[in-house]
Amino acid sequence: MTAPVSTAPVSPCPVTIRIQQDDFDIAREIAILTGSRTDIGAVVSFSGICRGDEDSAKIAALTLEHYPGMAEEEIKRHADEATSRWPLNGVTIIHRVGRFMPGQNIVLVLTASQHRQAAFQAAEFLMDYLKTSAPFWKKEENATGTGWVEAHARDDEAAARWTRS
Amino acid sequence: MKVKYFAWVRERVGKAEETIEPPATVRTVEELIAWLSGQSEAYAYAFEKPKVIRTAIDHAHVKSDAAIAGAREIAFFPPMTGG
Repeated sequence: MTAPVSTAPVSPCPVTIRIQQDDFDIAREIAILTGSRTDIGAVVSFSGICRGDEDSAKIAALTLEHYPGMAEEEIKRHADEATSRWPLNGVTIIHRVGRFMPGQNIVLVLTASQHRQAAFQAAEFLMDYLKTSAPFWKKEENATGTGWVEAHARDDEAAARWTRS
Repeated sequence: MKVKYFAWVRERVGKAEETIEPPATVRTVEELIAWLSGQSEAYAYAFEKPKVIRTAIDHAHVKSDAAIAGAREIAFFPPMTGG
């Protein structure tokens, strides 16, 4: 007896990871991700934007520093985990580095899937891990000078809920 | 081995990277931090709260009891604040 051979088509899941100074165009990135495919039924997009205030103090600018090499590899590890946990049809992660003014884009996460649940959950999972585990650091400029942004326990808690027992 | 520093750890140490040769008795990340801290006031300041410091060996996060033998690149940095 031979094992039945599955004839179900396997949807490709391209993963794009970029770290760049330049801005990104969300519509363009979604168009690249979906292309002419018809197997994608949901795309979730998350954009992280430089805020103009933190705890009611005005922020003049944010400078993003990263660890070249490790940042890409760490994001890839989490993107691979996301594609193994959810039935995704594509992932795009773009993280900008450099100096940003309030209102400017910092990070983009796109997840594509046949149905919305996987895309929503994977995007949230990726963002939670980007915040706590990808080697990026923010330095804030405000009226009193400059200082490194401190990590928040709430971000660790957000990432911890995805840990599988 | 090559050592890299990021964010305020880099600012406190006063350099972004360097090559170091710790003695063979320094076996773990924790021991390396203690050894570096004894090298100068700048290192002592950077590593004054060793529990806060995060470490990566060859681009992967490790805990403070990780062995450093065979490491090509060790990086020290504060908790991450990207995204």
